Amino acid sequence: MSLTILNAVIAVVIAIAFAALNAAYLVWAERRGAGRIQRRPGPNVNGPLGLLQPPADGLKLMTKQLIIPGGADKALFMVAPVLAMAPAIMSFVTIPFSENIVARSMNIGVLMIFAFASLGAMSILLAGWGSRNKYGVMAAVRAVSQNISYEIPMLITVITIVMMTGTMDLKELVAGQSGGIWNWNLVPSLSSPLMPVAFLIFFICTLAETNRAPFDLGEAESELVAGFHTEYGSMGFGLFFMGEYANIVIGASLITILFLGGWGCPLGLFPGVWWFLLKIYLLIFSFIWIRWTFPRTTIYGLLNLSWKILIPISLFNLLFTAGLLKVF
Amino acid sequence: MNPSDTTTIIGFFTGDGFAGYADAAAGVVFLIMLATTLVGGIIACTAERLVRAVAGLALSFIGVAAIYYFLNSPFVAMMQLLIYVGAVCVTIAFAIMLAAPEDTKKIGPSGPLSGPLGLVTAGLVTMGMTGLAVNTTFSVLPKENMGSVKLIGIELLTTYSMVFELVSIVLLIAIIGSLVIARHGRSK
Repeated sequence: MSLTILNAVIAVVIAIAFAALNAAYLVWAERRGAGRIQRRPGPNVNGPLGLLQPPADGLKLMTKQLIIPGGADKALFMVAPVLAMAPAIMSFVTIPFSENIVARSMNIGVLMIFAFASLGAMSILLAGWGSRNKYGVMAAVRAVSQNISYEIPMLITVITIVMMTGTMDLKELVAGQSGGIWNWNLVPSLSSPLMPVAFLIFFICTLAETNRAPFDLGEAESELVAGFHTEYGSMGFGLFFMGEYANIVIGASLITILFLGGWGCPLGLFPGVWWFLLKIYLLIFSFIWIRWTFPRTTIYGLLNLSWKILIPISLFNLLFTAGLLKVF
Repeated sequence: MNPSDTTTIIGFFTGDGFAGYADAAAGVVFLIMLATTLVGGIIACTAERLVRAVAGLALSFIGVAAIYYFLNSPFVAMMQLLIYVGAVCVTIAFAIMLAAPEDTKKIGPSGPLSGPLGLVTAGLVTMGMTGLAVNTTFSVLPKENMGSVKLIGIELLTTYSMVFELVSIVLLIAIIGSLVIARHGRSK
């Protein structure tokens, strides 16, 4: 089947709908989870279990006026939230949710997701600078130095996996892990005994790349008000929020595809989209869990973790795996 | 709307039986990419604020990446995004934000080529390039290796290893140059 304009439009609409729905209800899940962990109820008034809270929040954000601060650079201020959301949508297009549910299967899917993820840093920079706010600029500088330093160990880990499997196609990556939990990339094998380490590095980097606590220095509210989106109200803020949660879903999907066997079942039974969704939501639950149980690190601790610990370990892993692949 | 209308609309979008429209749509998409690249470049050259110039540069790079994708080489397109937008533009913007205070508009002394002389030079270059482009008969090369990442890697490390190494020497020179400039530290 050739890709046609109508197919492309439908795929993009589904991607946007999926991202928006996830963003709305992950906020609810996050707040409920935070409430549970901090021994308070969380949002529970609107609708059963507070399930009507996200639509109400969405309506509120959409009906508010978008205020542009006086000294702001208007064009960049308006472009930044769009730039936060659009790459996330583009990445959804190539993620395979199951054997058949994929909008556009590409043989360089991994590369495409990282290419679009790298645009996120640009949006944070433009938002922080464009809103002409000291907190914004500080937060943008922090967030971008964080994104740059965690992209390196993440990409090195991905190179290790691509070297092992010999493919950048997300579908083939999953197909290579089918059959059961013992085939997953997470499990150490003879030629790659360090895979659990790689998984841990990738997991930490995903937390940092999506600006999640304990690495949310870009929006540390105790120091920087709200970070790079301090000046944003209404849907400008809404788009940043949606982009953030869409990135979390993409990060969880990437971990699932690269390490956890994608849509395969741990026992090799009934592979399908349900396993994929189960895995990504379990991962997202662990993200929420980590966010509300760990204190925020400092910016130096954060950068030291990447440059002095994660990058050397991932480089060693890359060389070690390359050597073993040559031997076996 | 009856079913046949729907098929007509789908046919319009997909180009089934409306091949001309599909070609026209492809042309429009190509023009949009071209416009993005050019507008980005113009913003990069004329913007008064440096951050805006960098944003224009990023826009231009995105346009170029889109053209690569349009020309059936997604690998090069993704590399363009990853390296030029994700790394180069972010680094430039980062450096500007850390180094220069806002609003300082520094434009160096205009050289001998600015003004009318520059316009003439630009016109001559454009005319020459256009003349070349129009008068050359472009031979369509056979499609090689389907843009496979593996084959590109093999080619880079065997046939074109010399070029590959020379590029890294350019990078080395850039690093040494920046170290030489920064050698005297902040006090100077």
